[in-house]
Amino acid sequence: MGRKLLLKNDHIPGIQGYDVYRQHGGYASVEKALKSMTPEAVVEEVKKSGLRGRGGAGFPTGMKWSFLAKPAGVPRYLVCNADESEPGTFKDRYLMSRIPHLLIEGMITSSFALGANTSYIYVRGEYFYITRILEKAIAEAYANGWLGKNILGTGYSLDLYVQVGGGAYICGEETALLESLEGKRGNPRIKPPFPAVKGVWDCPTVVNNVETIAAVVPIVNDGGEAYASIGIGKSTGTKLISASGHINKPGVYEIEMGITVEEFIYSEEYCGGIRNGRELKAVVAGGSSVPILPKNLILKTAAGEPRLMSYESLADGGFVTGTMMGSGGFIAMDDTTSIVKNLYTFTRFYHHESCGQCSPCREGTGWMEKVLHKILDGHGTLKDVDLLWDIQKNIEGKTICPLGEAAAWPVAAAIRHFRSEFEEFVKNPTRIKDVKHYYRLNNLPEPVI
Amino acid sequence: MNTGQQHQDIKFNDDSLELVKKMISRYPEGKQKSALLPVLHLAQAEFDGWLSVPVMDYVASLLNIKPIEVYEVASFYTMFNLKPVGKCLIEVCRTSSCWLMGAEDIVRHIEKKLGIKDGETTKDGMFTLKTVECLGSCGTAPMLMCGAQFHENLTTEKVDTLLANLKTEGKRKTYLDDVTIDNY
Repeated sequence: MGRKLLLKNDHIPGIQGYDVYRQHGGYASVEKALKSMTPEAVVEEVKKSGLRGRGGAGFPTGMKWSFLAKPAGVPRYLVCNADESEPGTFKDRYLMSRIPHLLIEGMITSSFALGANTSYIYVRGEYFYITRILEKAIAEAYANGWLGKNILGTGYSLDLYVQVGGGAYICGEETALLESLEGKRGNPRIKPPFPAVKGVWDCPTVVNNVETIAAVVPIVNDGGEAYASIGIGKSTGTKLISASGHINKPGVYEIEMGITVEEFIYSEEYCGGIRNGRELKAVVAGGSSVPILPKNLILKTAAGEPRLMSYESLADGGFVTGTMMGSGGFIAMDDTTSIVKNLYTFTRFYHHESCGQCSPCREGTGWMEKVLHKILDGHGTLKDVDLLWDIQKNIEGKTICPLGEAAAWPVAAAIRHFRSEFEEFVKNPTRIKDVKHYYRLNNLPEPVI
Repeated sequence: MNTGQQHQDIKFNDDSLELVKKMISRYPEGKQKSALLPVLHLAQAEFDGWLSVPVMDYVASLLNIKPIEVYEVASFYTMFNLKPVGKCLIEVCRTSSCWLMGAEDIVRHIEKKLGIKDGETTKDGMFTLKTVECLGSCGTAPMLMCGAQFHENLTTEKVDTLLANLKTEGKRKTYLDDVTIDNY
C-alpha cells in the first residue's frame, strides 16, 4: 500500500464534521504554524517540500508564494481554485465533499504564510452543493476559533469565504478566475502583470488549486523534507489521480509519485485493469488537454523504460512520444473506442468553453469541431486531416491563455498516434453511412464507430 | 434579449434580501459587484429558473451597477438561463468519460421518453433537456444533473425512475437545493 497524506482518513465515518476531523489530528498544522512558526518559515517548508501546483501546470508552489508582492498597506489575498472543470478530473470534488476541513485547514495555514487576512474558495457553479458543505465546515471552524479575529490568541486574523462560479471552464485559468471573482465575464487577463503583483481588485494575490492547498497541511505537520522524501526526482509527495473510462474501478486514488503506469492501471489497489476483460487502447493521462498516448507509449517510454506516474516520466519524449501529468485526470479507453469520436467530444468541449477573446481559439475550436463532425459523418477527405493539423498548429501559442494549447494538443496527438483511424473514416464513408442508416432504420441506438 | 416573456413585480423576499446583504459583505468596500454571480444564482432560483431582462435590471439595481454589466455576465456563463426552462432542467454530461460510458444512449433515451430534443421543453413545462460539457463526475459516468443534484452511474432504468419521481414531485429544481450525496 502506498503512503497516503491527503486521503489517509477519508474512510472514517463522520470525517466531514469538525469533531471527528479534529479527533484525527485536524487543525494541528494551524496550531503549529501560528504558534511556533513565522510566515516565512512556512513558505520555506513549502519550498523544501518541492510541492508543485496540482491544478495542471505543475509550477513549484513555494516559488509562486515567494513571488507575492508585499507593498505596505495593501491587502494580499489567497484564492483557492476549486473551479475543477478539466474533463476527466474530479479529485477536488471528492476531497471537498469528503474531507472539507482539510481544505479549510490548508487555507488557514497557507493564508497565514502569505499574510492574507481575507481568502476565498472559488468553486465551479455546478458544484453548488459543495459550497454548502464548505460553508458548513467554515462555520464550524469559526465556532471553534480557527477563523475570525485573533486566532488562537496569536493576533493573526482571517476571514474565509466561498464564491460560486457560473459554469465556465475558462474560470479555472487563474486570471479568468479573478475576473469572475470580481463579478465579470471570465476573460483571461494579459500577463504580466501576474496575479502575485496585481490580482483580485488589483491587489497581490496567490491562486492555488484545492489539492495544492490541502498538501500544505502534511507539509507543515511533518516538515517539507519528509514530504520531499516521498516520490521521485522533482515529483515529490503524493498526487490525487481521478481515474475514469473503461477500467474496473473508477475513482479517486492517492498515489505516491513514481509508481508505474502499468501498476496504476492493472493492480487491484488502483484501477483494477480494463473492464470486461478487454485490451487497453489508449490513455489520456492528465485531463483532456494533454496528449493522448496509445497503449505501448503510455506503459513504456520510447526508450523502452517503464513509464512512471510522475511529472518527468509522463513528459518523457516530449509531445512526440510523451504526454503530461496535467491535473491527474486519467481516462482509459479500451479497444472498442473510436479515437476520432473521443477527440470530437474534446473539441466540442473546447469550442463551447472558449471565452471568445482571441480569434485563433474562438474560430479555430469551432472550425476543428466542424471538420471532425464532417469526418465522423462520412464526408471527410484526406485533406481534412491535414486541415485539422494545420488549424491546431495555428491556435497553439497564439492566444492570451493556455486554452488555445489545451484545445490544440489533443488534436495534434490524436492525429500523430492514430492517423490511420482518421483515414479509415475518410476512405470508407459508405461503410459508416450504411451502418448508421441501418441502425436508424431499426430504431437502434447508433453504434459508436 | 427580448424573449417575449417577462417577469413582473420583481422583488426578493426579505430572507433573500438579507442574504444579498451578507453576500456583499464578503468583499471589500465598493467591490459589491463581486456578489453578481451568487446573486444571479439566487435570482434565477427565485424567479422561475431563468433571468429575464427585468430580473437582471433588478439585480443591477441591488448591486448598484449598470444593467449591461449584468447582461454581459449572465450571457457568458452556461448556468444562467436567458429563456424560460421547464421545472426540471435535465443536464446530461456528454464529454469524453461520459461519452465512453454511454452518455449518448442516455440522451437518446430521455429524448424518446420525453418526446423532446436536446434544448427543448416538454409541453407541460415540466422538463427541459440540455446536453452539457464535463460536470466533474467522470468516475461515476454516465451522469446527469437536475437542480443541484448529481445522478450518477446512470442506466436507462435509473433514468426512467428519476423522471417518474421528478414528475410526481412536480417541484421546480434549483441549483440552491439541498442534495443527497450517494457516492461521496
